[in-house]
Amino acid sequence: MNNYALIIIIIIYLAVLFYIAFLAEKNRRSKWVNNPYVYTLSLAVYCTAWTYYGSVGIAANTGINFLPIYLGPVIAAPLWIVLLRKIIRISKQHKISSIADFISLRYGNSRILGAFVTLICLFGTIPYISLQLKAVSETFEIMSDETSYISTAIIDDSTFYVALLLAIFATFFGTQSTDASEKHKGIIVSVAFESVLKLVFFLIIGGYITFYLFDGTTDIYNKMSVTENFKQLTSLSSVESGFNWFFMIALSFMAIFLLPRQFQVSVLENSREKHLKKAIWLFPLYLLLFNFFVIFIAWAGKLTFGGTQNAEYYTLLLPLEYGNSFLATLVFLGGFSAVISMVIVSTLALSTMVSNNLIIPYGFLDKFIQNQPERNSKYIKNIRRISIFTIIISAYFFYVSFSKELSLYSIGLISFVIISQLGPSFFIGLFWNRGSSKAAILGMIVGLSVVIYTLVLPFTLQAYTGNDDFIQYGLNGIRALKPYALFGIDFLSPPAHAFFWSMSLNILTYLTISLVIKGNYRERNYAEMFVDSRNFVTLQDSALVWKGEAYVADIKNVLVRFLGEKRATRALNIFFKKYNLPANTQLADARLINFSEKLLTGSIGSASAKILIASVVKEEQISLVEVLKILEESKENIVSNKVLLEKSNELTQLSAKLKDANQELISKDKQKDEFLDTVAHELKTPITGIRAATELLMDEEDDMPKEMKAQFLKNILQDSDRLGRLINNILDFEKLETGRLNLDLGYNDIQKTIVKAISSISQIAAKKEVQIVNKNVHTFKTNYDEDRILQVLTNLLSNAIKFCEPKKGKITVDYKLGNEYVEISVSDNGKGIPEEDHDFIFDKFYQSQHQNTIKPQGSGLGLAITKQIVEKHQGKIWAKKGIKKGAMLVFTIPFK
Amino acid sequence: MKKKILIVDDEPNIVMSLEYTFKKQDFEVFIARDGSEALEILKHQTPNVVLLDIMMPNVDGYQTLTHIKNTDSLKDTKVVFLTAKNKASDIEKGLKLGADKYLTKPFSVKKIVSEILELLA
Repeated sequence: MNNYALIIIIIIYLAVLFYIAFLAEKNRRSKWVNNPYVYTLSLAVYCTAWTYYGSVGIAANTGINFLPIYLGPVIAAPLWIVLLRKIIRISKQHKISSIADFISLRYGNSRILGAFVTLICLFGTIPYISLQLKAVSETFEIMSDETSYISTAIIDDSTFYVALLLAIFATFFGTQSTDASEKHKGIIVSVAFESVLKLVFFLIIGGYITFYLFDGTTDIYNKMSVTENFKQLTSLSSVESGFNWFFMIALSFMAIFLLPRQFQVSVLENSREKHLKKAIWLFPLYLLLFNFFVIFIAWAGKLTFGGTQNAEYYTLLLPLEYGNSFLATLVFLGGFSAVISMVIVSTLALSTMVSNNLIIPYGFLDKFIQNQPERNSKYIKNIRRISIFTIIISAYFFYVSFSKELSLYSIGLISFVIISQLGPSFFIGLFWNRGSSKAAILGMIVGLSVVIYTLVLPFTLQAYTGNDDFIQYGLNGIRALKPYALFGIDFLSPPAHAFFWSMSLNILTYLTISLVIKGNYRERNYAEMFVDSRNFVTLQDSALVWKGEAYVADIKNVLVRFLGEKRATRALNIFFKKYNLPANTQLADARLINFSEKLLTGSIGSASAKILIASVVKEEQISLVEVLKILEESKENIVSNKVLLEKSNELTQLSAKLKDANQELISKDKQKDEFLDTVAHELKTPITGIRAATELLMDEEDDMPKEMKAQFLKNILQDSDRLGRLINNILDFEKLETGRLNLDLGYNDIQKTIVKAISSISQIAAKKEVQIVNKNVHTFKTNYDEDRILQVLTNLLSNAIKFCEPKKGKITVDYKLGNEYVEISVSDNGKGIPEEDHDFIFDKFYQSQHQNTIKPQGSGLGLAITKQIVEKHQGKIWAKKGIKKGAMLVFTIPFK
Repeated sequence: MKKKILIVDDEPNIVMSLEYTFKKQDFEVFIARDGSEALEILKHQTPNVVLLDIMMPNVDGYQTLTHIKNTDSLKDTKVVFLTAKNKASDIEKGLKLGADKYLTKPFSVKKIVSEILELLA
């Protein structure tokens, strides 16, 4: 492809990105900009040109060793919900603007620590950026025609202009606000967009190579498996390589938290904590998709080119080899996307650190104090802009003068190992309040020295002197000091080896120094705020312990310099309102100091903010013991307040529950009273009959006719029977209602039960000359308590008889099978049940207002008991509506 | 002239005992199985006393009593409740509505007779 055509494509693509970023800045609050998908995709800034090209290279040369770099983040992702959330909360609370700010604040807002972290990040990131530029330049070369003009000077090197364009992009969208803790929506959305493109294009080329150029994954595998070294490339050959894997995974685990660009996107640009919930599964999925074709592309390249080409660029070379320059252009743009997002986010993060943790606190503060507010804001922005350009340009020069000989993969790993030196003070400091700033600095120095000795030095020496004496024989020929095999540990790969030694010594130093030397009170104050962040969030500005003499006017002066008169006044008004202080307060307290430091932190970094505020106040030294005591007290206050609140909530709930229970008891009592009343009434009726009849029979003076005597005796008998039935029913009902009745389930034939019920009642029916028909004579067996169902049927049948006219009465018993139940019905041709009574007939002691006959001799409990028994069987009972003549009562028994 | 009594109750056995007793006492006895039957009889008869149950289907004892009290021709008819409801509040309600006596079930036949005779004396 023609050089110029390619340049035009690049420029158009960058224009599109500019436009997207511009739109996102314009619609900062839109849901298209603020959603978990954009957040997750912005995390994919992790996948740089190293992933895009380097993974294939490593897969071709050493097999699946590219994987641990992605397994670390995959393992880290579920922990984000705890770990990253804590980091995000702390950062938001303190308006933190970079990882340097984060670490330095944790260790008592230490200026030197912030500067040191910044230096480590620069040291680790600039080569990494240059590696990205290298990828652009090399892919550009591959894409352009053989005959194309090859640059010889900076002035006509297209990579230089690409670097400049990226710097302009980063400057434009990275320094919109003086406050660096403000979100950079434009950059984030364009990064998310690029993340989509790079993944899609990589999957397209992967699919093209695997399924178009070859016959699928099995084809590549089969062809590859006959080549030599195949086994070595596809398996973990030994315990040693297991160790390598372990350390590489640990390394990438740290990187996903510590790389300045990852800290930028995952912590500083996080707009809502809940976005994490989506990211913890979506991000690993993204990485998985990205790595799916890597191994097949690598093998396909090997099979096609043998060893003659740079394996890192197989994705470009393969389509070009087969004449598909369109696909190659897509791949190029995908790689370019990976480069742009990495370079821009990294420079953004680095420039904030350089300005807030290096330049401003170490040189520009005096100037700021003299300057006018408008100029300060411009000054700060300019410092950042210049930093961005400087960083990108230095990366370019680094690339021109050093990295042409280095591979993407190796520089990437060196970068990771350097950055990982922040790990101990970062991670341990989050959970251990004893970790001190001296320990953090010393740990980093020791770790970094080890990295330089075991990785950077031998690597550069070999690359530039061309001999490997240092690696072979060690420093001064001391074998124990061989850089790749320190103290005889020779089975690890150089990066794993460097990581192992630097990390061990870094952690050891950090722990030892922390235990030996106590930090000062300020350190301990911040340590408590970080470690116990949840409690301190509620303390807010009172979390900083401060004692001394300060005037609001002085502090306001400082604020005005950086925020301008209007914003400073507004901020102070908010502060006074929040803490209920009069607007003319003159003496400043700890809360105002803390509040003002936070206000300034976004613009000039926490270290500078502290220095500035300290310059206008007179602080007294406080002893560590005193700080701890104050912190402990305020924490206890919070805890006891919390406990009180919880207790009072519990009490409220409890009293509500009691009220409910009481209400229920009252209503139960009332029901019980009513029930007892009715029962008593029902019992009294037969007793009255018996008593009256007996009295008459006993009267000896009376000469009662014989047939009358017989009638009264018969009445007595009848009433006694009724009394007995009533008592049984009451007992049954009580048992059913209180749930104390246990069914005696058995496998019974419904037909037999129906026959039994009919025969038990046949005498009464015969007396009234009512006919009972058993319609369905088939047998059907299912589980139920036969005695109880018999009771149900007898109740329904005797009810039916009661309401039938003598001689004309006809009762039909029938049953049908439903899908899940058997439905049994008892119908009669009596006078029927009025529909308005249907809902009540199963209530205890219910008698229809329309009942016009002589009171049937029931207990008033029959249907209530029937209903209870049916429901105990999980069945239903109802009176069928719309019956023309008579009544039909239906109940169901579900099959188990 | 024979004294007339109307017995209103839906329990046949109880009615039978009362009927036998009052006939022996030389009463003319009318029987109703609930309030509505009673009211029907009262259209044509003016008994000296009505012996009234409370819990009955359709028209209950209270309604029947109110009706009697509102009927001019029955202003001399005494009304006696004979019921199983024996709570103080029930008795109070019955007497407030204008019942002349309130007797409870179960009862002694002799006592009922003497109470009625006393009332009519």
